[in-house]
Amino acid sequence: MTGVPLVEVEDLRIDLDDGSRRVAAAEGISFRIDRGETFGLVGESGCGKSITALALIGLLRPPLSIGGGVIRFDGKEIQHLSAAGQRELRGNRIAMIFQEPMTALNPVSPVGRQIAEMFVLHKGKSWREANQLAVESLASVRVPAPERRVNDYPHQLSGGMRQRVMIAIALACGPDLLIADEPTTALDVTVQAEIIELMRNLCAERGTAILMISHDLGLVANVCRRVAVMYAGRIVEERGSADIFRAPSHPYTQGLVASLPRLGSRAALGRTRLKEIAGVVPAITGFPDGCRFNPRCAQATDICRTVAPHTDVLEAGGFVRCYHHA
Amino acid sequence: MKLRANLVIGGSLFALAIIVGLLAPWLAHTDPVMDANLMNAEEPPSWTWWFGTDGQGRDIYSRVLYGARVSLTVGIVSQLINSVIGVALGLSAGYFGGWWDDVVNALTNLMLAIPSLIFALAIMAVLGPGLTSLLIALGLTNWSFTCRLARASALSLRNQGYVQAATVLGYGDLRIMITQLLPNMLGPIVVIGTLGMGSAVLSEAALSFLGLGVRPPFPSWGSMLSEARDQITTAPWLSLFPGLAIFLTVLGLNLLGDGLRDILDPHSRSRRT
Repeated sequence: MTGVPLVEVEDLRIDLDDGSRRVAAAEGISFRIDRGETFGLVGESGCGKSITALALIGLLRPPLSIGGGVIRFDGKEIQHLSAAGQRELRGNRIAMIFQEPMTALNPVSPVGRQIAEMFVLHKGKSWREANQLAVESLASVRVPAPERRVNDYPHQLSGGMRQRVMIAIALACGPDLLIADEPTTALDVTVQAEIIELMRNLCAERGTAILMISHDLGLVANVCRRVAVMYAGRIVEERGSADIFRAPSHPYTQGLVASLPRLGSRAALGRTRLKEIAGVVPAITGFPDGCRFNPRCAQATDICRTVAPHTDVLEAGGFVRCYHHA
Repeated sequence: MKLRANLVIGGSLFALAIIVGLLAPWLAHTDPVMDANLMNAEEPPSWTWWFGTDGQGRDIYSRVLYGARVSLTVGIVSQLINSVIGVALGLSAGYFGGWWDDVVNALTNLMLAIPSLIFALAIMAVLGPGLTSLLIALGLTNWSFTCRLARASALSLRNQGYVQAATVLGYGDLRIMITQLLPNMLGPIVVIGTLGMGSAVLSEAALSFLGLGVRPPFPSWGSMLSEARDQITTAPWLSLFPGLAIFLTVLGLNLLGDGLRDILDPHSRSRRT
């Protein structure tokens, strides 16, 4: 492995321009993903995890824009890349799969053609070769009878099958990075497990790094080696995925872990209430001063309400953004 | 896929009109222009003269057959021009948005504000009568509905997951427009196009009726109606048969358009069923 990480994000800020003023929808975002590594980004809806992924792939559209910071892919800065340069990366070196397999496939085109198009577009193959490769791709995502399935239209496939096709399309050109934005939210739990397993195995085989975005802490910890927790536009804690359950450091993460129901616990049996984090997420236009978690934090002191904490390196590995971390 | 009555009837009528136009030299009894014979002037329909004859003794049956050529050529070609212009402008406007969208919108509103037949009349007046002028005049004046439709479809399709997915997968703008947007809006475009052909046939008839279409003596349905106007009480068959031809062709095209709308829903497409 070379010293250069595959993805390096430094102090990224994403601005939301609501016409009269600019507010930072996400700021101070820094993380790195090594080649073949699995990295998770968790947080609740609206915390900025999806727009971080969109910024990475150059798809922020007004009113959102990159307000500052650096994104490096394979050592090269990509945040100001031309449209042609971005197309070169997209699909070829960075691929993405979406939450909704129902809508992410073109309904009037057979799935085989949609896979084959990737080979034609990025690898300059002829349609004949590409169609052959499409059958192999379908077989690799374990779609039964791939040579017949290539002629199917998306509406003829089940949700799980469609997500397999999406994975086949995303991995067709052997990208270095796969961004998976809530890849299994629309699927039921058993199919979810199969798809996650498939994705993880295929990426491990090919050395593809995964950036997984989810609100499901358990799922992310299961797939990823390292996890970053986002809250209100900032990464509050970044840890190895085992550590985050065993010894969460940031009060927000502690709250999240404490609120998970455990099989056999009194709460899961309905004898006591599940723990919850008091209060609500602040609106994007009204983030509190200092640490953004302070209004909901039991340990908050004066400094938390005035000055935003910097990241502290933890002895056990990882970072946390809190004055009073465990 | 169930064959629907409107599709079958409409398709048959349209196909009949095309076949008649193509095979006119073999089906016609006489030459539509040269075989004038005042001895046979204004014969009513009979076994010899199926549709009767006109004031110069020309066979109406033969003239209606040849007239199909003009009407259908104008209908199909001018609507194709309209569709290409409308889709190109509307699709790009809806996809790119911004200033280009404003320009196309202004242009569309301009076209919608001026009655297309009046606009076509003005173009004909500049270019002079004739088949080519007809094609140009009708081809440039009826794209606004197609454009509106293509723009509206592009606007809604642009936000579909698969269009965003295509962007993420590195498709260029042109490729997205052609492979993702166009096939998904083709159904309604084809339907509008078929209906537009019907109205182009009517417009041709109207312009020829006004003497701005194909030059006499070569027959077109509109000019035949125009010539027959004075004799409508004494020789009604002169206007009946060309009128019937227009009516059946336009009816056929409208039924065909309706039928196509029913089957061009992507969810009813399937290879196995």
